[in-house]
Amino acid sequence: MQTLIFRTATPFLTCLMLMFSVFVLLRGHNEPGGGFTGGLIAASAFAIHGIAFGVPVVRRALYFHPMAIAGFGLFASAVAGLPSLLFGMPFLTGLWSAPSFFGISVDLSTVMVFDIGVYLVVVGSFTSIALALEDREHD
Amino acid sequence: MLPFVGALFAPLLTRVMKHNAGWLLAAVPLLVFVHFAGMLGTVGSGAAVSAGFDWAPSLGLRFSWYLDGLSLTFALLISGIGTLIVIYSGGYLKGHPHQGRFFSFILLFMGAMLGLVVSDSFLMLFVYWELTSITSFLLIGFDHGREASRRAALQALLVTGLGGLSLLAGLLVIAQATGTTELSSLLGSGDALRNSPLYLVALVLVLGSAFTKSAQFPFHFWLPNAMEAPTPVSAYLHSATMVKAGVYLVMRLNPVMGDTVAWETILPLFGGVTLAVGTLLAVRQTDLKLMLAYTTVASLGLLVMLTGLGSDKAIEAAALYLIAHSMFKGALFMVAGLIDHETGTRDITGLRGLRKAMPITFVAAMLAALSMGGLPLFFGFLAKEEIYATLGSPEGWQAALLIVAICGNALMFAIGFAVALRPFMGDATKTPKAAHEGPISLWLGPVVLGAAGLAAALASPIAHRLFSSPTASAVAGSPIEVTISTIPHLGVPLVLSGLTVALGIVAYLGLDRLRAAMAGVLRAIGWGPDQGFDQVLRGLLRLATGLTRIIHNGRLDIYMTVTFIAVAATLLLPMVLFDELPAMPYVPALRFYEWGVLAIAVIGVAAVVHARSRLTAIVSLGIQGFAVALLYMLFGAPDLSFTQFMVETLSVVILALVMTRLRLAPTDHRPLRQKLLDMAIAGACGIGFALLLLKVTQMPFDDRLSQFFNTYSKTIAHGRNVVNVIIVDFRGLDTLGEIAVVMVTGLAILALVRIRSKKTEVRPTVAEEA
Repeated sequence: MQTLIFRTATPFLTCLMLMFSVFVLLRGHNEPGGGFTGGLIAASAFAIHGIAFGVPVVRRALYFHPMAIAGFGLFASAVAGLPSLLFGMPFLTGLWSAPSFFGISVDLSTVMVFDIGVYLVVVGSFTSIALALEDREHD
Repeated sequence: MLPFVGALFAPLLTRVMKHNAGWLLAAVPLLVFVHFAGMLGTVGSGAAVSAGFDWAPSLGLRFSWYLDGLSLTFALLISGIGTLIVIYSGGYLKGHPHQGRFFSFILLFMGAMLGLVVSDSFLMLFVYWELTSITSFLLIGFDHGREASRRAALQALLVTGLGGLSLLAGLLVIAQATGTTELSSLLGSGDALRNSPLYLVALVLVLGSAFTKSAQFPFHFWLPNAMEAPTPVSAYLHSATMVKAGVYLVMRLNPVMGDTVAWETILPLFGGVTLAVGTLLAVRQTDLKLMLAYTTVASLGLLVMLTGLGSDKAIEAAALYLIAHSMFKGALFMVAGLIDHETGTRDITGLRGLRKAMPITFVAAMLAALSMGGLPLFFGFLAKEEIYATLGSPEGWQAALLIVAICGNALMFAIGFAVALRPFMGDATKTPKAAHEGPISLWLGPVVLGAAGLAAALASPIAHRLFSSPTASAVAGSPIEVTISTIPHLGVPLVLSGLTVALGIVAYLGLDRLRAAMAGVLRAIGWGPDQGFDQVLRGLLRLATGLTRIIHNGRLDIYMTVTFIAVAATLLLPMVLFDELPAMPYVPALRFYEWGVLAIAVIGVAAVVHARSRLTAIVSLGIQGFAVALLYMLFGAPDLSFTQFMVETLSVVILALVMTRLRLAPTDHRPLRQKLLDMAIAGACGIGFALLLLKVTQMPFDDRLSQFFNTYSKTIAHGRNVVNVIIVDFRGLDTLGEIAVVMVTGLAILALVRIRSKKTEVRPTVAEEA
C-alpha cells in the first residue's frame, strides 16, 4: 500500500504494538491480558507491517517461518508441563520461584513459560495466515 | 504374542534365506504349540487358565485372556496346523517375489487367530476378530494383480466385516444385559443372559457375525471365492482355522445362550441348510479346491447344526468333528495344492493316474479322505458315530436333520474320495506339467495331518482325555466325558454309518452324472447370493454417489445455509418443543452511555445489512464487534473485551484480505428471494442464541466454581487475574489442547491458501462461478 502517512507511521506502530503485546503477555497473570491477547496484538502488528512494506520484509524481519514459531510455542507449552512430573505432581502443575535480580524480586514460573508458549502459537499461526493472504496480492 | 514378532522379521529372513526361511519361521508356531501343549494337563483336569492386566480400568476394560478346553484345542489346532502350513508355503511359494510378505501376513493372521480364541475381554475378542478379517483380506488378495483375487478379497472383507460390526453390537448388548465385559465372568453368570429381555437381540447379532464368518447359508458365497488365495491360505484360513471362528463363537456362547427355543431352532436350521447346500454345490465343481471349499461350507454347517442341538451327545460330536475336520480338510487342501503345484492343473476331469508319480501324496490324501469319509480306524469315524448317536432317535422335525446329515455325509464321502482317489487311479493322462512328487516341505503337512487323524483315533482314550472331553465340557458348560472308541459296536449309529458309506460309494461312482444334473439345476435357478452380493454392492455405490452429489455439491453457499439452519434448529426446537422458553427479561435501567454503546452496535448491524460493497460490510461488522467489546468492558469483563477487540481487529483485516484475494464481485448480487431466506435463517440463529442466553441466565447460578477460583487463584496459583489463572494454570491442559488446535487450524488454512493460489492461475474460482 502506497500511502505516505501509513508507510511512515507503520514502523512506529509496529514497534509499539509489539512492545505492548509483550507487556500484555507478562501482566496477564495479575491484570487483564495474557498470552492469547498478547499474541493477537503481535500478530496484528506483523499484519500491518506486511500491508505497508510487503510480505518479504516481514518474513526477513521474523527470520523464522511463522509456523515454526507456532510450533516452538506449542513445544514450549508442553515442556512447561514436564518439570512438575519430576516433583511427583500432575502434568502441568505450576511451579514458582522468586529469584531476585539486583534487589528486585521477580516471580518466575513454569506457568509463565506456558503462557509464553500460548503467545508464540497465536503469533505464529495468525501471522502465517495473514502473511499468506497478503502474499498473494503480489503474485 | 510371538507370531506378531515373527511377522515383523519374516520378510527380512526370507530375503536372506529365500524359501528355506519357511523352516525357520515354522519354529514360531511350533514354540506356541509347545507352550500351549504344556497347559494340556492343567486345562484337561477341568481348570481354566486366565490372566491379564488392566488397560482402562475406568471403562472396565481389561486386556485379559482365558483358556479352557475349547480355547486350548483351538489354540493347538491353530499353532499345530500353522507350523505345517508355514513349512508348506515355504515350498509352495518357492521363488515367489513376495514370499516374505506372505510369511508375514500368515504369521499376523496366526497371531490374530490365537488372540481371538484366548481372548477373555469382549473388546479383545472383537479386535482380534476384525484382525482375522483384515489379514484374511490381505491373504486372499495376495495375488493382487488379478481381478478375481481382488474381488474375492473385497467380498470376504465386506461380508466378514459386516459380521464384525454385528459382533460388536452383539457384545455390547450382552454387556448391557449382563453387566460384564469378560467371557469368563459371562460364562459364570448362568441364566442371566437367557432371561434378559435383550436375549433375542443379542442372539441375532451374535449369530449374524458367526454365520458370516463361518460362511453359513446365505453368506456362504464368499468362502469358495476366497479360493483365489494361494493354497496354503485356503488350507489354513478357509478350512482349518478362520472360518471356524464363527463356530468357536457359537460354541463359546453355548453355555450362556444355548438351550433355548430360538437357539435350538435357528442354529440347526441354518446349519442343516448350509450342510445341504454346501454338499450339493460341491458336487457341481470340477476344481479340486472349489470342491473342498464347498465341503468346508457343508462341514461348518454341520458343526453349527450340532452345536445348536445342544444335547451332550451333539456337543461331543461337534467337538470331535471340529478336530477331525481341521486335520483332514487341512491335509486335503494341501494335497490339492500339491497336485496343482506339481502338475499345473487342479481340474479333476484332467487328472488321472498320479499314484505312480506321486506316491507319498497319494498316501497322505487317502489318509485324509478315509477320515473325511468317516471310515473305521480314523478320527472322522468317531465324529460320525457321535453325530449319528445324536440324531439316531429323531423326534419330529429332527428326522429332517438326520436325512440331511446322511445325504450330506454321503456326498462329502464321495467328494473326499473324488479328490483323494480319482486323480491317482487309472491311466496317467497328460498334464500341463510333467507330474512328479513334490519336495518334502510340500508333502510333510498332509502326511502329518493325515497320520494324526489315524493316530488320534487309535489312541482315542488319550485324545479324548486331552482334547475332546475338555472341549466338549467347555462347550456344554458342564463336565462331559467322551468315551467313544474306534472299535465298531453294533447299534443304530453303525447302521447309519454303513448307510452313509454305501450312499457315498454310489455317489462317487455316479459323480459325473450328479454333477451334470446339479449344473442343470443351477443353470435353471441362474441367480445366487454371489450375484446378489454384486447387485447389493452396485446399489450401495450408486446410493453413495447420489448422496455425495446431493450433500457435497461444491457450493459453499449451500453448505453455509444448511449449517446455519441446523444451528437455528438446535437452538430453537428444544426450547419450543419442551416449553422451556425463557421468561420475558426485566430490562434494567441503563445509563446514557450504555445506551450509546448499544446504539453503536445496532448501527453497525444496520450498516452491514445496508452496505453496498462487501468491504464496507466487513468494516461495519467490525463496528458492531467493537461495540460488543465495549459492553463487556462496561459490565466487568475486561479480559473478554480485550480479547474481543483484538479478535475483531484481526478478523476485519483477515476477512478484508480474503475478500480481495477471492476476486469476488465488489457488491452483493443475490436475488431478493435468496436474501430474504438468508435473512430468515440469520434471524432465527440470532434469536435462538438470545433466547438460550436468557434462559441460561435465568437458571439459578451455581457459584461454587467461581468462589473456588476467586479464593485460590492468588494463594495456589500466584495470580490475581482469575481468568488468566484459569487459562494457564487450573485448566492448563485444556489450553494446551486449544493452542494445538489453533496451530493445526493455522496450518490447514495455510495449505488451503497455497492450493487456491495455484489453482486460480488455471481457472476462475468456484465462488466466482457461483
